[in-house]
Amino acid sequence: MKFLRYLARNPVSLFGVVILTAFVLIAVFAPVLAPPQSFQLSPYDTPRAGFLATPQPPSPEAVFGTTQGQYDIFYGVVWGTRTAFKIGLGVVAISVLIGTVVGAVAAYYGGVIEEVLMRIVDVFMAVPFLIAAMVLTALLGKGIVPITIALTTFGWMSYARIVRSEILRIREMDYIHAARSYGASDLRLIVLHILPNAMFPVLVLATMATGSMVLSASALSFLGVGTEEGYADWGQFIAYSRNWIVGQPGNPFQFWYTLAFPGAAVFLFVLSWNLVGDALRDMLDPRHAH
Amino acid sequence: MLNYALRRLMMLPIVLFALSLMIFALQMSLSPTQRLAAYAPSPDYLKGGQESIRRMIEQYGLNDPFYIQYGRWIGGILTGNLGWSETARQPVSTALMSLFPATLELVVLAFVPCLLLAVFLGSRAGIYLNRWPDHVIRIFTILGWSFPVYVFGLLMLLIFYSALDWFPPGRLSQWAQTVVSTSDFVRYTGANTIDALLNGNLAVFGDALRHLAAPVITLTYVNVASMTRVMRTSMLETLRQDYVRTARAKGLPRRVVELRHARRNALLPLATIAGMELAVMMGGVVITETIFDYAGLGQFAAKTAANLDFPAVLGFGLYFAVVLVVMNLIVDLIYPLLDPRVKTQ
Repeated sequence: MKFLRYLARNPVSLFGVVILTAFVLIAVFAPVLAPPQSFQLSPYDTPRAGFLATPQPPSPEAVFGTTQGQYDIFYGVVWGTRTAFKIGLGVVAISVLIGTVVGAVAAYYGGVIEEVLMRIVDVFMAVPFLIAAMVLTALLGKGIVPITIALTTFGWMSYARIVRSEILRIREMDYIHAARSYGASDLRLIVLHILPNAMFPVLVLATMATGSMVLSASALSFLGVGTEEGYADWGQFIAYSRNWIVGQPGNPFQFWYTLAFPGAAVFLFVLSWNLVGDALRDMLDPRHAH
Repeated sequence: MLNYALRRLMMLPIVLFALSLMIFALQMSLSPTQRLAAYAPSPDYLKGGQESIRRMIEQYGLNDPFYIQYGRWIGGILTGNLGWSETARQPVSTALMSLFPATLELVVLAFVPCLLLAVFLGSRAGIYLNRWPDHVIRIFTILGWSFPVYVFGLLMLLIFYSALDWFPPGRLSQWAQTVVSTSDFVRYTGANTIDALLNGNLAVFGDALRHLAAPVITLTYVNVASMTRVMRTSMLETLRQDYVRTARAKGLPRRVVELRHARRNALLPLATIAGMELAVMMGGVVITETIFDYAGLGQFAAKTAANLDFPAVLGFGLYFAVVLVVMNLIVDLIYPLLDPRVKTQ
């Protein structure tokens, strides 16, 4: 209810929710919007209309046009939505899980264990994120599972930090002392009383991170270590457009469609997550209330 | 304060050690033959058949246990030998050192306007909270924040190179590259703009700027968003402080209260974030450099990562960690200058 009232007052946030809903619908109805053909091994293999090297402009057969090698851009954008959700939600969910466990253990045990865990966090923080993810993806091979593993491995740290500091803050609050005084066990205190209240900042961070993780995943594909050739993935399609961004003399915008459609898809996807995250933070953080 | 700084510095070896261990472990997941490439003086050695490959693996000890190989590598590092980069076809340290000025030049040129713009926009948004300047700035920053660097960069190429032919990719035009390569042109710093000025060659200076413009605009736009947001939030918080109310109550002009009293103190959180951003940018602006074919650390790191050129990746990782720790340290040391209260603690 609070969320709906907030949206009614904030048209920009409402816009974010609307786009995000649209993406969910596109992902759910992908088989209807862009039906895979019977000869495809996987629906994520983008069908191609021949092997011509030059991209072809939008036409009734390919409404968004085709890339180099004749991959259908419309098909790639539609099924790429599913890829984006899989990677974004997958990476964030696993990262939150790892981060929460590490942060909670550090805050609960304190002492040497906390020191060691938080120094490990520091070390991971000192890793150049994109380069490290590239190396790990390159080692593990192409595909969305390696991408997810790589982005998770180098992306869980901020959750551990937040969970730890939230627990340390909440632990000293009166209601925790009250709960302890009537004999609640440590585990019960952490899981039932502390963690639920510590999760709000994590939720905000996770929402925003979903968009940026999809950005990073597309960046991996763009840099050439992401998904397999022809996989329905926005980053891959933007990478295809790179060779054609400079049109022919006298016609600089000749291949605009190779960048415009997949580019707009990534942009809107990330934008919608950021707007929703922004709205969540405004609502959950009293300091932002106005 | 000094104590604190020293403690921070002591962390550096530990971080570097753990980091190198981690990357080294990744490298060890490759087969000895794959790792051999980094040692081969020329690719022909690898074509010498199974027998010569086996001999070389033996010679370089690539079948030794992990800790022996790691120890050997660390020994090399301590004597300043980071290994050979197959991608650059030169020693890793030489490659990193020759690319560093290029990245530094790009980052500094993008960071300064970024910082100024963030201070200006952020304080404006805070002052005009929920009025139209705030809304416009909010939309501007959230768009910038969501814009994928590679899409924005490709758009820049499309407009400023393909359509207008103002800002070409690369670091220098062919003719300027020829000038720079001659012995008359002294390479003082390795940064094209500075060297051109020191050599008094304005034509090369102009050409270097022309090549820097597009990546600088891209970096600025993409990075200004998060800094503006921090500045806005911090400005809102300071504007609510008692001393600001006092200043207003005693009848100081609005501009003086907002800019001299509030904005100055609102700069503190920005310093922390800006330091972090600068460190991350110095670590190579991977995508921007790749798109504009700007030969800097980021483009190099991306190439080596994709090629699994581990000596270079390790070297780059160490460089990045050092930059990060040093940059955080600098921010910590600058902090008391910005906020005298910190010093007294």
